[in-house]
Amino acid sequence: MALPLEQYLRVAKMPHIWCPGCGHGIVLQAIVRAIHELGIDTEKTVIVSGIGCSARAPGYLHFDTLHTTHGRAIAFATGIKLAKPELNVIVITGDGDAAAIGGNHLIHAARRNLDITVICFNNNIYGMTSGQYSPLTPQGSYATTSPYGMLEKPFDLCNLVMGAGGTFAARSTTYHARQLTNVIKEAISHKGFAFVDALSQCPTYFGRRNKLRTPLDMMNWFKDRAVPVNAWEKLSPEEREDKFPIGVLKKTQATELTEVYKELIQQLQQRGGE
Amino acid sequence: MAENKARLLQGNEAVVEGAIAAGLRFFAGYPITPSTEIAEQAAAKLPTVGGKFIQMEDEIASMAAVCGASLAGVKSMTATSGPGFSLKQENLGFAVKGEIPCVVVNVQRVGPSTGMPTSPAQGDVMQARWGSHGDHEIVALCPSSVEEAFRLTVEAFNIAEEYRTPVILLMDEVIGHLREKVVLPSKEELTIKHREKPSVPPEQYKPFAMDQGRIPGVPPLAAYGEGYRFHVTGLTHGEDGFPTNNPAIAEKQIKRINEKISSNRKALCKVERFFLNDAEVVVVAYGATARSARKAVKDAREQGIKAGLLRPITIWPFVEDALSEVKANLPKAVIVPEMNLGQLVLPVRRVMGDSVPVIQINKLAGQLIEPEEILSAIKEAV
Amino acid sequence: MGQTLQWEISVNSKWCKKCGLCVEFCPRDALEMDDIPTVKDAARCIGCLMCEMHCPDFAITVKRRDSNG
Repeated sequence: MALPLEQYLRVAKMPHIWCPGCGHGIVLQAIVRAIHELGIDTEKTVIVSGIGCSARAPGYLHFDTLHTTHGRAIAFATGIKLAKPELNVIVITGDGDAAAIGGNHLIHAARRNLDITVICFNNNIYGMTSGQYSPLTPQGSYATTSPYGMLEKPFDLCNLVMGAGGTFAARSTTYHARQLTNVIKEAISHKGFAFVDALSQCPTYFGRRNKLRTPLDMMNWFKDRAVPVNAWEKLSPEEREDKFPIGVLKKTQATELTEVYKELIQQLQQRGGE
Repeated sequence: MAENKARLLQGNEAVVEGAIAAGLRFFAGYPITPSTEIAEQAAAKLPTVGGKFIQMEDEIASMAAVCGASLAGVKSMTATSGPGFSLKQENLGFAVKGEIPCVVVNVQRVGPSTGMPTSPAQGDVMQARWGSHGDHEIVALCPSSVEEAFRLTVEAFNIAEEYRTPVILLMDEVIGHLREKVVLPSKEELTIKHREKPSVPPEQYKPFAMDQGRIPGVPPLAAYGEGYRFHVTGLTHGEDGFPTNNPAIAEKQIKRINEKISSNRKALCKVERFFLNDAEVVVVAYGATARSARKAVKDAREQGIKAGLLRPITIWPFVEDALSEVKANLPKAVIVPEMNLGQLVLPVRRVMGDSVPVIQINKLAGQLIEPEEILSAIKEAV
Repeated sequence: MGQTLQWEISVNSKWCKKCGLCVEFCPRDALEMDDIPTVKDAARCIGCLMCEMHCPDFAITVKRRDSNG
């Protein structure tokens, strides 16, 4: 069903600043729809972002919102969540924000299993500064700082988060908007650190340079490479070449940091009271 | 009321005692000499009072977490030293811009760079003032005893809360590691201030209002989760908190966050005056150096020399008025001993102009400035 | 024609950036690109929300018509 947008958006701030056909609006809508379908208390939900195109998203959301410094959103969110564990804390970050300048914060938040949700608007480029390569830019792709093609290998952010101990990791794309919404719902509902790698198209600064001229070309590029996780399991390494799995890649339960802290405080205060 | 007991406390421990007394309930930090005891004490004590400690992955993250926790309505602090203080500047600037109350302790050690980690210095005076980019004001307080470390930590929180600003507690390794017998004030003796909360309904709330608040230019601050649904950004923003490129609004807002500090200089600037009334030679000293200066002034007086001490307790904003009073008495000289190459001497010189000679004593390799060195400078000046 | 339309599609022209994704994603060819996306044949709409969910601008919405309306 159509979303009651006034409930979730700061409608007076719309239309947003993103380019025509930018995938970020699709990911943002998936988040809003996930929140709507979950029915979580929007007054008790804080949205935090870093710097970049993705970071502008919270400005359009009718929630408590925090637009922080480059790469630091997860660290700010850590303070919010520990200070007030009753709040739902959702971080919106970009691929440069999360994987380059903020990479350290990402892996440590995953390791701590703090109950926050991180959604990476991954367009594998620095859009806000007009198209430099990021740690997610595919090898060989062109960017203003990789004029001869990207020389480095990109990260797989879900693998990074899972390797660091994150208890929930999922991936989807703007092409798979319904599935994207579903994995965001699962991520928000997950007790513990949850990460969603949301592949989003940047037709302006990535597509144009990489023979994917239209937003649809880019989304089809996602479609052609995305493999549902069940099918992915059965692929040989050769078949996996140039492909990536989508869906929930990891979902496990482990002790969560604010819960552990709550118990510690109770124990110490009982001991103090005796 | 039970009588307050005398305790043997380290400066760094006194900071944590003061912070908790002031209402600290969230500390994020990263180990760094010579401030580490502050983190250790916070880790041990905060959970016993229902607060939280976290050792973050780096200095930048700790400053970020402190800002986040404060916006959630919890009094927050971090502690560091030179190299870490450099890293904190990014989000310290964010706290200035977002007007987020918080306290940053910098236990100064010798720099630049890794420098001499276990040796005292006062080399971050100007970094405290100008370390973060862009035009901004900052409040920095400087204790010169363990007891004062306690009191100024409380004061730092009060100023942070009242003015919606980060406050730097500019310690040095001597005060941080000094152990002294102190009698800490009881809860009842302390004044604890809290940020002003908005009294308007959410739809009317302007988190960066030009003309609201008990203190003009300091708008009330809601906490996340209270239904105000407000936006905080490091981008230059209007009264509603949303980014603006309108030069008129941008200028007004940048001026407001500067003037809320600069126009309250009188309330913020604290000094200690020691034998200053008839002083012919005035020593201006702060932090650990002020302890040697006090001894030097006492010794000079015993020898019949009219020496006095002006001790800035507030380092920033600069204690301009107190210095102007000194200047009006036209002393023969003002002596500024500092464990750096001469930093606070710069604004002192600016105030004195050509009227009063300003003499520097500087040490920068971790050695204390001895009372005798200051005394001989006093004698030379008279 | 003459059948009751079940779905109401509306486009917010103030928010729409004319990328055309809604038209591309419609599996029933109910939309076409004029200056902004326009409903070509409302009767073809099956309420799948493909257009709405792939709109980067929150500009196209699909609502079930009030059955009494």
